[in-house]
Amino acid sequence: MYDPTVARLTYRALLGRRRALILGALPLLLIAISVVVRGLAGADDQTASDLLGGLALATMVPIIGVIAGTGAIGPEIDDGSVVYLLSKPLKRPTIIFTKLIVAIAVTMVFSALPTLIAGFILNGNGQQIAVAYTIAALVSSIAYAALFLLLGTVSRHAVVFGLVYALVWEALFGSLVPGARTLSVQQWSLAVADKVAGGDLITSDVGLTTATVLLVGVTVLATWYAGQKLRALTLAGEE
Amino acid sequence: MTTLSLDHVSRWFGNVVAVNDITMTVGPGVTGLLGPNGAGKSTLINMMGGFLAPSTGTVTLDGQQVWRNEDIYRHIGIVPEREAMYDFLTGREFVVANAELHGLGAKAAQKALATVEMEYAQDRKIETYSKGMRQRVKMASALVHDPSLLLLDEPFNGMDPRQRMQLMDLLRRMGDEGRTVLFSSHILEEVEQLAWHIEVVVAGRHAASGDFRKIRRLMTDRPHRYLVRSSDDRALAAALIADPSTSGIEVDLAEGALRIQAVDFGRFTSLLPRVARDHGIRLLTVSPSDESLESVFSYLVAA
Repeated sequence: MYDPTVARLTYRALLGRRRALILGALPLLLIAISVVVRGLAGADDQTASDLLGGLALATMVPIIGVIAGTGAIGPEIDDGSVVYLLSKPLKRPTIIFTKLIVAIAVTMVFSALPTLIAGFILNGNGQQIAVAYTIAALVSSIAYAALFLLLGTVSRHAVVFGLVYALVWEALFGSLVPGARTLSVQQWSLAVADKVAGGDLITSDVGLTTATVLLVGVTVLATWYAGQKLRALTLAGEE
Repeated sequence: MTTLSLDHVSRWFGNVVAVNDITMTVGPGVTGLLGPNGAGKSTLINMMGGFLAPSTGTVTLDGQQVWRNEDIYRHIGIVPEREAMYDFLTGREFVVANAELHGLGAKAAQKALATVEMEYAQDRKIETYSKGMRQRVKMASALVHDPSLLLLDEPFNGMDPRQRMQLMDLLRRMGDEGRTVLFSSHILEEVEQLAWHIEVVVAGRHAASGDFRKIRRLMTDRPHRYLVRSSDDRALAAALIADPSTSGIEVDLAEGALRIQAVDFGRFTSLLPRVARDHGIRLLTVSPSDESLESVFSYLVAA
């Protein structure tokens, strides 16, 4: 199911120059803001939770997920170089699964790790806030990577759709329309974080069971469907 | 022996028919797929390579379906027309990756790089390669698993004459070894120099198939049209029409020229200057009016 050569090619494409800069910029921004906030306001659990929930989990993780998830396959399909993977005796689901693993790993490294560091800077992991948000970031990394990998497989405008989902749906509708929150990766991962942190600093609109089922369901379904789409991928000619 | 068979294959995109009911068999040796730009050659090659489903009909390789059959790629090597190819890798890394994806190692990659004579630049990044070097590395990646069928989409596009000759030698060698090699081109001369057998596609339809010389003769023997201006058009017309190589002459008053239809190309081209000289007529313009590849092809379709 996992092909090391596909993984190597995907890593190198994802972490090549420009994309690595974008991937690195957001985490650095988060850590810089955390240092400033800690310096100005001192250690405060509520502030830490607001910053990690509002900036890290609601904005940074989905954006990193969009870049890593769509970037793991979208550019190859766009420029046609995916033909070198497709013209091999490789099962299409193996290509998708391998790319998913890479996208998850990259999203986790560039979003969960900085969340943990930022959490420790903000309040030294008081009330388990840093760990709770890190786990939420890890969990949502999986679902985002799977969703955006599928998007990268089916659409040429994956990055735009991905950002619209991440910023408009998750951030805007999520806060305005209660129903939208049930269908939000962010809320599902908050349910997990809520369980870890206890207390009432972290809350989710979704129960833990529902959240777990939806997280697993979305990840599996998106990955399966991306494999099917790749099997039927048509490479348009130059004509 | 590897035989690629297309059986009543059509492909349409929305309302546009790109490939219209084509049946052909491609066997060992070098076959040229000839047709003007937009004739459906790439669509055909994509279907032959399993990257596009036929709307109707079937594409099979030695009886096995090509579409949705990953195992078929053990036997097929593909050289796509598009340039993109993991430019951030070196040539060697790229070919090694292709070998690994076939379950092979660095040794197979090295052999393929040697075959295309790219060892000297194998450690340079692909993004620094010229068009011809890219083409050769693409070839190496297609040859790495020693395929019995090689599909190449417009492989000579943008190559300089020396690179073109090298690639032709290589493909000829592949054909001599008994591989089935199919390449597409819109340039008659390329196909003439390389292919043993040609398939002509025009506007999505299979226009001709067979031995190149036969088709070439058909192309040369077709009626040629010329636009001729001279110091005495009518006298020239009268002298030319007496010869059987000319089948029709129209005096185009608006253009101030003769429109001549010649049926015997060789004879007409030597007749015209001789007749002009004998009658003391000066030729001012002699231009073929239907030499474009498209008109050659449309003649073939009608034939």
